[in-house]
Amino acid sequence: MSDIIAVRDEQEVAEAVRTALGAGKTLEVRGHGSQQALGRPSQTDLTLDLSALSGVTLYEPEELVLSARAGTPRADIEEMVAARGQMLAFEPMDTGPLLGGTAGRGTLGGLFAVNLAGPRRISHGAVRDHALGIKAVSGRGEPFKSGGRVVKNVTGYDLPRLMAGAFGTLSIATEITLKVLPRPPMEETVIARVASPGEAAAALSAAMGSSCEVSGAAFLPEGVAGRLPGLSGAPAVVALRMEGVAPSVTARRAMLLKVLAGIGPAEVLETEPSRPLWQAVRDVIPFAGSGERAVWRLSTQPKVGPELAAKLVQDLGGEAYCDWAGGLIWLCLPGEASHADTVRAALAPYGGHATLIRASAAERARSAVFQPLDGALAALTKRVKESFDPGLVLNPGRMHAGM
Amino acid sequence: MTGTTPGLRLPEADSRVLARREEIIAALRVIVPGEGVIAHEREMRPYESDGVTAYRQLPLVVVLPSTTEQVAAVLKYCHANEIRVVPRGAGTSLSGGALPLEDAVLIGMGKFNRVLEIDTANRCAVVQPGVTNLGISKAVDHLGFYYAPDPSSQIACTIGGNVGENSGGVHCLKYGLTTNNVLGVELVLITGEVVRLGGKHLDAGGLDLLSVVIGSEGLLGIVTEVTVRLLKKPDTARAVLVGFPTSEDAGECVARIIGGGIIPAAIEMMDRDAIAAAEAFVNVGYPLDVEALLIVELDGPEAECAHLLEEVTRVAEGCNSVTLRVSTSEAERLGFWAGRKAAFPAVGRLSPDYLCMDGTIPRRQLPYVLSRMRELSVQYGLRVANVFHAGDGNLHPLILYDANAPGQLDAAENFGADILRLCVEVGGVLTGEHGVGVEKRDLMPTMFNEVDLAQQLRLKCAFDDKSLMNPGKVFPTLHRCAELGRMHVSGGALPFPDLPRF
Repeated sequence: MSDIIAVRDEQEVAEAVRTALGAGKTLEVRGHGSQQALGRPSQTDLTLDLSALSGVTLYEPEELVLSARAGTPRADIEEMVAARGQMLAFEPMDTGPLLGGTAGRGTLGGLFAVNLAGPRRISHGAVRDHALGIKAVSGRGEPFKSGGRVVKNVTGYDLPRLMAGAFGTLSIATEITLKVLPRPPMEETVIARVASPGEAAAALSAAMGSSCEVSGAAFLPEGVAGRLPGLSGAPAVVALRMEGVAPSVTARRAMLLKVLAGIGPAEVLETEPSRPLWQAVRDVIPFAGSGERAVWRLSTQPKVGPELAAKLVQDLGGEAYCDWAGGLIWLCLPGEASHADTVRAALAPYGGHATLIRASAAERARSAVFQPLDGALAALTKRVKESFDPGLVLNPGRMHAGM
Repeated sequence: MTGTTPGLRLPEADSRVLARREEIIAALRVIVPGEGVIAHEREMRPYESDGVTAYRQLPLVVVLPSTTEQVAAVLKYCHANEIRVVPRGAGTSLSGGALPLEDAVLIGMGKFNRVLEIDTANRCAVVQPGVTNLGISKAVDHLGFYYAPDPSSQIACTIGGNVGENSGGVHCLKYGLTTNNVLGVELVLITGEVVRLGGKHLDAGGLDLLSVVIGSEGLLGIVTEVTVRLLKKPDTARAVLVGFPTSEDAGECVARIIGGGIIPAAIEMMDRDAIAAAEAFVNVGYPLDVEALLIVELDGPEAECAHLLEEVTRVAEGCNSVTLRVSTSEAERLGFWAGRKAAFPAVGRLSPDYLCMDGTIPRRQLPYVLSRMRELSVQYGLRVANVFHAGDGNLHPLILYDANAPGQLDAAENFGADILRLCVEVGGVLTGEHGVGVEKRDLMPTMFNEVDLAQQLRLKCAFDDKSLMNPGKVFPTLHRCAELGRMHVSGGALPFPDLPRF
């Protein structure tokens, strides 16, 4: 257990980093600690606790913008924007249930650092697409800012987006400015039976290639589907969500049912059963509570997703389902072994990346948790890391060994 | 071979490079044979400026590669020989981002003009960077798809340039900027190494380097292939034209539409001078007795458009609108846009020259910014017309001047700089979509302090260790990477390196 430094403001963060630098110590950056089991396990000398660096500093609903300090609980932010009929459109995953913790914890800094977007990624983008500005402290112990509070901005490099998903390895974000969006008043989900992964891919592609403006598109094989709210006992299905004002959703539902006419029988879930379904898809509820069985998250080209998921299950056992119209595969293996080489070899022909999201610490130490980088890209990534954190003080080794 | 860059300081030319010009040309001719190297002064003239024609400078030599291998070989040669490089797409930059340097090789990417793959099953296309923005949409039009970002220059500007500037357009309120619509690139580093960032999948498996390449203004590498996201064309699009007695009323209308939960496909605003100029130019029936005009476009299923048009109409009427016209046909909708899209040339007819500015502000600051701009207009004795991407706060003031009148160019530039300072003062930024380039370079310190800029420069060093890629753009200082990377740890205090200025 490393020493914990609790900080309350940017100045204290900067001092902590300088102190660590001066003493030759490394820092783990932490909010609620709800995502500590994500990434490579790393041994750091000190833990920097940002949970007291909390509070929304700006929220202007008409301008679609919100700024908050990194330690602000995400639940507080979600509640605040919901009260004004708005949302974080990227549907950030709540990793609590999958990682064996509780739901509803976590901070803004944490969800920013991991960039795990939910089902609406396909229509609205990820965390990085909504990151407008940051205040941060680099691994040199220097506070800096980048971006701003407006959506259209090309003044300098886009460091907020680069830092989204960097797992706190580049700098410590102390305040983050996000774009928020109106929450659609209603939604419907069309559930259509599919006979095979190939048919699922065709159905997802047809739906996404229509003008139905689908904002959630999942392939849920038999077994997985049965463990999702609203779908109990269902066979293999595709689920397609449409959100918006009532006349629009009604029109698009009719359009979508025509698009899916050649595929199996379909039913429609209204707003209330639809919302918990997509939250469960987002949070990987079908694989929650299965201990330390290895769980992979693969991002690839959408059209191959359902069949690739089926092949992985055939080769390695376990279960899988697809979000993002097929482009995101959640794979739960039958045991603790991650079979990293087999998973990545299966993915390689189609391109993309595989991340080991849940595994025992020993397994995460043994296998490459993040997609291994090849020559020039590995060297470039290392130089970028060092351009922010030359002493390798911040979350060293969290993403890749030696950086 | 001197250039005309009034009031602009460019990095001092490297005399050793100038002295070796013939040798460099010969070496480049080996890499790019045939007519791919342009060294004659007369033939280099077309490359001496970009969209900012006030600045002109002949390059050392122009090279027009046609393969990634050639780009890699040219860059590797330049890196080994410490020769500066300026990348260029269609040369439509409105910030001088493609302005040549006397001692730099200008790499024109015009020969990279092919659509390589259309993949509707994955809703993406793979294109070369010299394909025009509109060219992508045209290539997929017959399949019912399009590429969403639509900068006004879309007929001419290339996707490679869009990646460099993170270009927007009138529809980015709903559909996002280049960064939200590009899935991947192939990037050649100054060392000649080729890396692929992103692809047909979403998000990065490691650091999201694509994020900083987009909008990097040619300072990090040269993009040789781009994978873009395609969208299905909406079933219908309808627009409404609303006139207001004051800009405050128009601004309030925009705030209430968005605050009420509607994200239109576009909301554009024009002030009285811009309305008058556009109407005189295209004659589409804009009201001439209003202070501010909004064009609000809604797209999607017909039922949605009809429903939201009613909502928007109701909101507008609650904000003192004095004229309101809903498009009843596609021709009428396009007519509404014809005026807006012709606003720049229309304003151009009022004056021998104009300067197009590009700041972004928090939307609610618009009335204040407009009134301050009117004061500045009096102070400088120059007229200004305003078109505004009202949905996202991106302002395009057009400053009218006459370059042949002594002192007017300087006055216009000072006026423009004051406007951008004003944008930063109210919480906005120097540039929304045109880029910093050389035009706004020296204003960067109004938005960023020395530490902020040093961190940006260090990131550049990770891509470009000898600072050879497009130097003199974006950053007001030249720098040595070794010096920026140095870190002194003593007593917990870190001195910030002083950056040499040029």
